[in-house]
Amino acid sequence: MSGIWAGMVEAFLLVWSLDADLIDITLRSLKVSLSALVIACAVALPLGTWLAIRRFRHRRFVIATLNALMGLPPVVVGLIVYLLLSRAGPFGVLDLLFTPTAMIIAQVIIITPLIASITHQAMRELWSEYHDLLISLNTTHGQRITTLIWDGRRTLMTAALAGFGRAIGEVGAIMIVGGNIDHVTRVLTTAIALETGKGDFALALGLGVVLIALSLCVNLTIHSLSRTEREGRW
Amino acid sequence: MRRDPFVQLQDVVVKRRAKAVLGPMNLELSGGGFTIVLGPNGAGKTTLLKVLHGVERVTSGSVTWSVSDKTAQQGQAYVFQSPVMLRRSVRANLAYPLQLLGVSKAEIAERVAHWGARIGLSAVLDFPAPHLSGGEQQKLALARALIRRPDTLFLDEPCANLDGRSTREIEDILCEATQAGARIIMTTHDLGQARRLADRVLFLNKGQVEEQAHADTFFIAPKSSGATAFLNGDIIE
Amino acid sequence: MIRAILFALICAGTAIQAETLRLAATTSFNNSGLSDALLPVIAQDIGLDVQLLVVGTGQALRLGQSGDVDAILVHSKEAELAFVEAGYASHRREIMYNDFVVIGPSDDPAQVMAATSAIEALLRIAAAQSTFVSRGDDSGTHRKELSLWAAAGSDRVEFTSWYREVGAGMGASLNSASAMKAYILADRASWLNFGNKGDLALLFSGDPVLFNQYAYLPVSAERHAHVKAQAAWNLEKWLVSPRAESIINGYEIGGEALFVFNARP
Repeated sequence: MSGIWAGMVEAFLLVWSLDADLIDITLRSLKVSLSALVIACAVALPLGTWLAIRRFRHRRFVIATLNALMGLPPVVVGLIVYLLLSRAGPFGVLDLLFTPTAMIIAQVIIITPLIASITHQAMRELWSEYHDLLISLNTTHGQRITTLIWDGRRTLMTAALAGFGRAIGEVGAIMIVGGNIDHVTRVLTTAIALETGKGDFALALGLGVVLIALSLCVNLTIHSLSRTEREGRW
Repeated sequence: MRRDPFVQLQDVVVKRRAKAVLGPMNLELSGGGFTIVLGPNGAGKTTLLKVLHGVERVTSGSVTWSVSDKTAQQGQAYVFQSPVMLRRSVRANLAYPLQLLGVSKAEIAERVAHWGARIGLSAVLDFPAPHLSGGEQQKLALARALIRRPDTLFLDEPCANLDGRSTREIEDILCEATQAGARIIMTTHDLGQARRLADRVLFLNKGQVEEQAHADTFFIAPKSSGATAFLNGDIIE
Repeated sequence: MIRAILFALICAGTAIQAETLRLAATTSFNNSGLSDALLPVIAQDIGLDVQLLVVGTGQALRLGQSGDVDAILVHSKEAELAFVEAGYASHRREIMYNDFVVIGPSDDPAQVMAATSAIEALLRIAAAQSTFVSRGDDSGTHRKELSLWAAAGSDRVEFTSWYREVGAGMGASLNSASAMKAYILADRASWLNFGNKGDLALLFSGDPVLFNQYAYLPVSAERHAHVKAQAAWNLEKWLVSPRAESIINGYEIGGEALFVFNARP
C-alpha cells in the first residue's frame, strides 16, 4: 500500500508543479491518440455501418475477421509496422520510423477494428429499426450510411471512446515504432515503462495516475458535450 | 400521364423459408382513388403492398409498372404499420425525404411548416419524434410520406390502435390526397373504414386474390365464399 | 478522406525539425543517467539534437543494419567487429568503459562474496543452484553473461529451473531479481541508479574480465545514403573530446564514479 500512496503523492507533486516534461509528454500522448482516433473513426464508422447494411457473399467472414482483429496483439502490430517503416522495409524512404506519425499509424491499426466492430453491432440494431423506411425512400448506400451514423452518433461515441481508451493506454506497439525518444516520441505509457525499468515505481505510478486522470477527463468532456446537445435542439 | 392498368403482376411468388406467403398471383391494378386490400390475418396483404412498392423481392415472377421503374419508385411513398421514426426532431423527420431529393432549403422549410400545421404538430416541431404518442407518430409518418407529393401512396393499417379522433384526422388527410390526384393502396382491418373510403377492393386469402371488385358490388354482393364469410365476421381457416 | 489522412500524416511527420541524429544506445547508457548528463551539453556545444533510442545491443545493431539510426553506442566487442566487417559501419571508436557487477540477495546463499574471480562467482551460483536471472534479450550484458558461462565451462542447456531468462531490459530484469531474491549480472551504472534494490546487494566486482567497453559506430553512409554522416562525425568528434572526457569521468552516483573515459583522440 505504501507504494501506491507514494505514487499518489508523486502524481500530485507532478501535476502541482506543472512539470514541463510531464506537460510535454501528456500533450504528445493526447496528440498521438486523438490523431489516431480521428483517422480510425473516419475509416471505421463508415466501414462498420456499411457492414451492417450491406449483404454480400463473404460478409460473415469479414465480420468474423474484424472481430478477431479486435484482439490484435499491439506488440505484433508494432513489429509489423516497424518492419514496414524500417529503412530496410518497403516504406523506408518515407523516414517515418521513430516519429509520432509511426505511432499514429500503429494505433490506427490497433483501434480501427475495435471501433468498426462496435459500430457494426450498434448500427445493426439501428438499421433493423430504419431498414423499411430507408429502403422505401429509395436511399442510396451513401445516404443510408450517413443517416445511420448521424442518428446513431451517441452510440458511436461509445465506440470512439473505447478506441481512444485502447489507444491512449497502449504501450507495446508505440514502444517499438516510436522508440520512446525523449521529447520526440515519449508518451505517458512508454514513460511509465521506462520509469518502471529504472525501478522508480513512485514516478511510474505518478505518471499512471496522470494517465488515468487524462483518460477520465477526455471521457467526461465528451459525455458532457453530448449531454448539452441532448437537452438542446434535436 | 395515367395509364391503366398502372401495375401488372405476373406469376408472382414470394417464399419465406421455402413456404409461399404470396402467390402464385396474376394481378392488374387500375384507377385512382382508394384501393383497399382486405383479408384475414396472414393472407399476404402486407407482403403484397411491399412487393408492389418494391421493398420486398419476389421469389419468381415480375412486377411491371406502366412507367419506368425509376419514375414509379420516385412517385411512391409507403407508411408502415408501426411507424418508423427517425431519431430526430419532428421537423427533421418531415424534412428528411425532401433533403434526399435535393429540394431547396426554403422550399423544405415551407412544406415542413405546412405539414406540421396540417397534422397539428406545429408546436412540437423541435421535439424528438420517437417521444410522440402513437397517434402523433402515425400522423407524422403520413405527413412525411405525403410531403414528397407521391402519386401512389401505400398504407399498411394506418389507423390500427388509434382512437376515433385520430382516425378521422388521418382519413381526412387521405381524402384530400386522393382529391389532389394521388392513388392510395391500403390495407385495413376496419371494415367500417373500408366501406367509408374504398373505391375498389382486393380481397386476399392464403396468399391468393380471391376477389377483385368495385366497392359497391363487393360490399353488397361478394362473389367468393371467402369474402362472404369475411364480411359476415366468420372465422376463416 | 484518403487525402485528409495523408495530410494529417504529413503534418504529424514534419513536426520535427532542426538538426537531429538518431543514436541507438544500450539501456545501461540511459539507465545510468549518463545520457541525461551528456545530451544537453551536446545540444549546447554542437547544436545537435540527439534522439536516443534505448534498446539492447542486439536490437541496436539491427537498427544500424537496416539504417534506421545514424549511429550506435553499444558494448559487445565481437558483435561490433562483425558489424564493421560486414560493412554496416565504417569503423568502431572506443569511448569509455564501465564494469559489470554480480548482484544477489544480501544473505548470499551461494557465497559469491568469497569468490576470487568472476568465473568462480558464477560457478558458485551454479553449484548452489541459487536462482539466477538472465537478461535473455541478446543485449550486451546478456552476451557478456553468456561468454562468462562459456569461459566457466558450463553448458547453459543443462541448467535447471534456477536459471531464469526474463527476456527484458536491465531495469526490468533487476526488478525481477529483486522480487525473486535472485543473483544477476548487471552493469554498475544501472545498479547504482536502480531505485528498487530491496534485499539485493552488490556481491562481487573488480575482475578485469568484467570491464565493459562502450564503442561508437557511425552507420555506413555507403550502405545507407540517407544517414546523417556529417552529424554522426560531429558527434564522434565531440565524444572523444576533452569536454566529453571531463563529463564522463566526473559523472558520479552516490559519490561513485561509473564510467572511465578511454577514447584515443
